[in-house]
Amino acid sequence: MPIYDPAEVMPREELTKLQSERLVNTVKRVYENVAPYREKMDIAGVRPEDIRSIEDIVKLPFTSKTDLRDNYPYGLFAVPLKDVVRVHASSGTTGKQIVVGYTREDLKLWGNVMARTLSAGGITSEDIGQCSYGYGLFTGGLGGNIGCETIGCVTIPASTGNTSRQVTILQDFMPTFILCTPSYALTLAEYIEENNIPLENLHLKVGFFGAEPWTEGMRAAIERRLNLEAYDIYGLSEVIGPGVGYECSCHNGLHISEDHFYLEIVDPDTGEVLPDGEMGEVVFTCLTKQALPFIRYRTHDIGAKIPGDCPCGRTLVRLSKLAGRSDDMLIIRGVNVFPTQIEDVLTKIDGIAPHYQVIVDRKDNKDSLTVLTELNADKFTDEVKKLEELHELIRIRLESTLGIGVRVKLMAPKSLQRSEGKAVHVIDNRKYD
Amino acid sequence: MFINQLSVFLENRPGSLREITGVLKDAKIDIRALSLADTKDYGIVRLIVSDTDAAREALKASGKAFTVTPVIAVELEDRPGSFHDLLEVMAKAEISVEYAYAFLSRKSGKAEVVIRVEDGQGAVEALKASGFTLIG
Repeated sequence: MPIYDPAEVMPREELTKLQSERLVNTVKRVYENVAPYREKMDIAGVRPEDIRSIEDIVKLPFTSKTDLRDNYPYGLFAVPLKDVVRVHASSGTTGKQIVVGYTREDLKLWGNVMARTLSAGGITSEDIGQCSYGYGLFTGGLGGNIGCETIGCVTIPASTGNTSRQVTILQDFMPTFILCTPSYALTLAEYIEENNIPLENLHLKVGFFGAEPWTEGMRAAIERRLNLEAYDIYGLSEVIGPGVGYECSCHNGLHISEDHFYLEIVDPDTGEVLPDGEMGEVVFTCLTKQALPFIRYRTHDIGAKIPGDCPCGRTLVRLSKLAGRSDDMLIIRGVNVFPTQIEDVLTKIDGIAPHYQVIVDRKDNKDSLTVLTELNADKFTDEVKKLEELHELIRIRLESTLGIGVRVKLMAPKSLQRSEGKAVHVIDNRKYD
Repeated sequence: MFINQLSVFLENRPGSLREITGVLKDAKIDIRALSLADTKDYGIVRLIVSDTDAAREALKASGKAFTVTPVIAVELEDRPGSFHDLLEVMAKAEISVEYAYAFLSRKSGKAEVVIRVEDGQGAVEALKASGFTLIG
């Protein structure tokens, strides 16, 4: 697939040199312009002149969501507001919302990295793209939009919701690719099947799915049910939004645009940098962003750098498919459980739909895990024996993957809540007092 | 020699059976016989209805998980031992019964029993050979 930007295939040595130059400049700039950074660096005893190459990055203190909240809304901006042309905000599911800003240059950069993303999936100016991420403060919609416009294809800013209208657009406007959350892709597939719309009425070749962790099983289901090739995309608004990382046609990890976003994997407890291949917390440094250049931002996402070269020819480092957000991780009776592990098991079992919900309860100081999964309407059998076998199979596979006892509840088709954006998979009823 | 039975999946929560009967009521479908199987976590309701095809359409439109299963319906004398006689025939033919439920027929005033067996054809032959009247 076409390489959009020469930086994607830049020889490693050259890339390291570029990263070093950019880091030195950015650190100098934030030290001079952003008071909270200056304080952080002073406390850590690091001076801008101590940073001479990319290797010196480990000397710099980490930043986190807390820093954004403490300096809400504009306190971490490195440029005056007159240079900022756009803000986005992420919903503070765990507290106050956070605000991120973009200069005109930042928006250009965003368009560039999103165009790389689309180009890796074979998209050119000949294509038509339906962007079904939410438009607004959330970065998904306008992030997808700027990528489409940069690459020069026809852009359909469908945003989220109104599934019947989305499906009409899919048929009438003839988009060749779609951008949305993986769970919304399934909602669309379900609507298409329910209304007996032949897949030939759709023109989709490719889909770009992100904004929530998903599994290979889910990918297979989406590809089959929408008849397209599914690409994983990765981003977070603190770094830029969608476009931080993208899959090539090898579908083996997310290429990180590390000429702009430097990737480190660190031990979540000690903060020490981990060797390639080891799972840890994903940390990003924005090397070129103007308005909000985060230094060593801890994402709470869990992943690993994939060692070795990618056959596609891109030299950009690959980040493994994410195991999940450490915020999503459940600790049940001392065992770490990611909802994606549950999804992975369920999507590999015939007879159930990929929709699921995880409920955690606490009774008499003992945690219990209940997994609700929908029976596939076509695969229902009259025999209790067979249903029991299916029920047992799900339970045994979940228990052997998770390593803890699980209660499985088979649910009627379409009884679980459907998503129009990010899916709610976990209900934690435990009270912490 | 078989009649069609509808089996519908039920979630284990209040009101789930009511949803099924609601669908049938709206489609003006009469329930002739019904049996409820339950496990700890879910159930199956099995129904013989006045119009299976219409019921099938209505359930499909409402998105329910269900299946149509051929079952055997046998007419029995309303007297002690008649069901026992039927099972005697099954046992002799070495056919195991998966489930059964009985109801009284409005028309004949006789008892009718629905049985589901592994070897349907074998059961039909054995019952006929022993003089049982099959419905459908």
